[in-house]
Amino acid sequence: MSVTQAAEEAGEPGRAPSRLVEELESVVIRFVGDSGDGIQLTGTEFSRAVAKAGHDFATHPDYPSEIRAPTGTLFGVSGYQIQFAARQVFTSGDAPDVLVAMNPAALKTNLSDVKRGGIVIVNSGAFTDGNLAKAGYKANPLEDGSLGDFRLYQIDISELTAHALKETGLSKKEIGRCKNYYALGLMLALYSRPLEKEEEDVRRKFAKKPEIAEANVLALRAGYAYVDSTEMFVTSYKVRTAKIAPGTYRSLTGNHAAALGFVAASERSGVPLFLGSYPITPATDILHELSALKHFDIATFQAEDEIAGICSAIGAAYGGALGMTTTSGPGMALKTEALGLAVMLELPLVVVNVQRGGPSTGLPTKIEQSDLLQALYGRNGECPIPVIAANSPADCFDCAIEAFRIAVKYMTPVIFLSDGGIGNAAEPWRVPDPESLPKLEVRFRTDPEGFQVYARDANLARAWVRPGTPGLEHRIGGLEKDFLTGDISHDPANHQRMVEVRAAKVEGIAKDIPPLEVDGPDDGDLLVVGWGSTYGSIVQACEQAAAEGRSVARVHLRHLNPLPPDLGGILKRYKRVLVPEMNLGQLSRLLRERYLIDVIQLSKVQGKPFKVSEIYDRIIDFS
Amino acid sequence: MTSMTATPTLTKKDFESDQDVRWCPGCGDYAVLAQMQKLMPTLGIPRENFAFISGIGCSSRFPYYMETYGMHSIHGRAPAIATGLKLARPELSVWVVTGDGDALAIGGNHFIHAMRRNIGLKIILLNNRIYGLTKGQYSPTSELGKKTKTTPLGSIDRPFSPVAVALGAGATFVARTTDADQAHMGSVLKRAAEHEGTAFVEIFQNCIVFNDGAFAAITDKSVRDDARLLLEHGKPLVFGKNKDKGIRLRGLEPEVVTIGEDGVSVSDLVVHDEASEHSGAAFFLSQFDAPRLPVPLGVFRAVSTPTYEGMNTQLHADARASRGRGDLAALFNSGDLWTIT
Ligand code: SF4
Repeated sequence: MSVTQAAEEAGEPGRAPSRLVEELESVVIRFVGDSGDGIQLTGTEFSRAVAKAGHDFATHPDYPSEIRAPTGTLFGVSGYQIQFAARQVFTSGDAPDVLVAMNPAALKTNLSDVKRGGIVIVNSGAFTDGNLAKAGYKANPLEDGSLGDFRLYQIDISELTAHALKETGLSKKEIGRCKNYYALGLMLALYSRPLEKEEEDVRRKFAKKPEIAEANVLALRAGYAYVDSTEMFVTSYKVRTAKIAPGTYRSLTGNHAAALGFVAASERSGVPLFLGSYPITPATDILHELSALKHFDIATFQAEDEIAGICSAIGAAYGGALGMTTTSGPGMALKTEALGLAVMLELPLVVVNVQRGGPSTGLPTKIEQSDLLQALYGRNGECPIPVIAANSPADCFDCAIEAFRIAVKYMTPVIFLSDGGIGNAAEPWRVPDPESLPKLEVRFRTDPEGFQVYARDANLARAWVRPGTPGLEHRIGGLEKDFLTGDISHDPANHQRMVEVRAAKVEGIAKDIPPLEVDGPDDGDLLVVGWGSTYGSIVQACEQAAAEGRSVARVHLRHLNPLPPDLGGILKRYKRVLVPEMNLGQLSRLLRERYLIDVIQLSKVQGKPFKVSEIYDRIIDFS
Repeated sequence: MTSMTATPTLTKKDFESDQDVRWCPGCGDYAVLAQMQKLMPTLGIPRENFAFISGIGCSSRFPYYMETYGMHSIHGRAPAIATGLKLARPELSVWVVTGDGDALAIGGNHFIHAMRRNIGLKIILLNNRIYGLTKGQYSPTSELGKKTKTTPLGSIDRPFSPVAVALGAGATFVARTTDADQAHMGSVLKRAAEHEGTAFVEIFQNCIVFNDGAFAAITDKSVRDDARLLLEHGKPLVFGKNKDKGIRLRGLEPEVVTIGEDGVSVSDLVVHDEASEHSGAAFFLSQFDAPRLPVPLGVFRAVSTPTYEGMNTQLHADARASRGRGDLAALFNSGDLWTIT
């Protein structure tokens, strides 16, 4: 960390020349406030600003399931955490260096996470007796010395925003809604980001309501100016830009990335996409995104329920479209019977489960990865379905294409697991050249000569026939069918043969799975195996331990059914295997059962992602 | 194929699949199958453009016997599957064959929403007022007091009328016929086939094994004319063996009158208007039930409203007209971009 004079910053407008600029490797900032305070917007805007400055970043939105919980209450607190750095960023960070708290409840619920000595910026105007009481504070923490461990900045954001906007003629309520832009202005100034680009963004975002746009710009400017015009902050901060592969980037959430991946799958196969879906948190954004793309070959259908979501997709797949449905845990449970039908029909279908805390309604807005075994086994009968999982927001793009690649090649439903953390969090996505993306080969059968409904190719896939093709009229259904003709069959030997061939078909997908990339030594004390959104925390924990000379390697699984063919050999090269999971050990169970090895489980089910330190602490126990 | 080759004329035989029909001998389903196979070649639609989708139940075996595209799916879900198929392939003629349990119990939600949307499906409900495949339990259309294996002391479930449910859901074509009157069934199915939007047809179907004679009063030739009311568009509601009975309104209450008695003439009777803008008149008819009133058969409602698939196609056309055909590179490169060099 180096401290230099602010003269370096001379090129940037409006900077007070006397302030010190402290250079940082990385910063973790958490914005917290009422769910109606616009916290998610502030966080998103801030992450865009740092991304444009060339930083890598990762975010974690954390919001209550109530849309507008009563103001000032503990359960109504919404948060948005971002880490940005001069190096590659894998997680939104363990402990915030900076907390921006818009009211007492937000302070109370988040303070314990903040680094000792960290910066706490509070909207002191919200620390009224009423709000303090709602948050359960007996004494005002701004006055009783309880924040002594932190660098506390009290700024009456409510009042300062009102003052800045007094000429606008807006109502008190409307002015109150601009507070978040004041806070954003503060942070942009403190972290040495220019204001102009953000102003343009605000004007664009509120183009339909110019008076609100101007009010937000005023609030933003006032917050920005506050840092410069007061003596309060003696230092501002600068994070060097990261070394990122050259290219064009944009910030994408996992759900948005998945949507783009599905469009790509359609365009690269030349087959129309059909999404049948029922709104459910945290998966709905995929439906939102695709619904807006009617100028592509994309049909979206908001079904009457979860079952109709998947069933309409099955109908579309029968009609020769890339059928898909999106959901989260409880919705997945409802789709179970139809998934069995899709397995029997042997039609391509992609089912996205953006997992959330369960069981039942569980924790709709919180992160968990506890639907793995449901994805593998949650159906009646022997009902194998390939399962893949994304490890980051940007990875959802690739997984969406991979899901359809498997579905059409093997004529099978595929379950694509994401989770609320990945789905809603954003990270930079390097915009690919569409021509560089895999082409999905789809050939509909049109030749009636020798057609048998369940005849199979070398991949054990049957032919895909579009209704409307003369001479290929045929019936399929959920009853067991003859191995070749597809006619109903209750023959005992035929049933065994069909059960086995459906299993063999899915097992056979393993031959397409590329070799696993092991990060670290080829053998040693410890291998950390992960899947899904634990990726970032695992990478950082392993890097940290390896840098200290620990004998640790890691591998991350995208394919969970079938498992990669080389996994068994890799597992055996290490003395111990550690599996961190946001469930009670579902992958651990699979690995034990499949490879007859012991596995150290590291479980977390708190609706929050792993902290790097939580994984690191276990690594150093075994390496 | 050369341009000289005309499309071969199809016959009923062309729509009979090679599968053995497995309904109980004497089941009313046979008559429906025969009428359907007879109707298909008359519609001028290539055979490969038909798809029959069904759920679970005796009636849901139907697709296996039709030499068309078809799917025997899962219980109650046929309208949802058919909706996806019709949206993906609006040019296909998509038929749903269902039963009283399949459509009205387990699949009630999909059933009403298909009609609410007015998606171009032909939904044929074979109502036998019993669960046949599971061997004789009461269904949502079984009458109050019905004794079955699950209601040994008589059912306390009030039945509902499929026609009334369909009308309540906003169906644009609603009709009723019986398995016993081939000519009537044939004409009703033809009307359904020609309707744009959801066409719903309830067919009274005799389950000879578990509910034999459930509709005898309406289908038995010796008594049916006094128990049924054949609906004809623009004609007064007249019924009876001697065509001397009619329906007259007293306020909003229907009453049976005899033409020629007490000064009643045909001009006093309600005139059936299947094209009435609102579905009130059709709903009024859907409430007619034996023994107080004759049971109406025929087309209750047939109105023209934009179809769901048609509007969906239009949305896509409009989007393309205003934005141009979607381009992947342009989509990727939209939004807030930054470049790292
Ligand atoms: S049980 Fe009844 S409805 Fe089913 S096939 Fe036999 S007669 Fe027909």
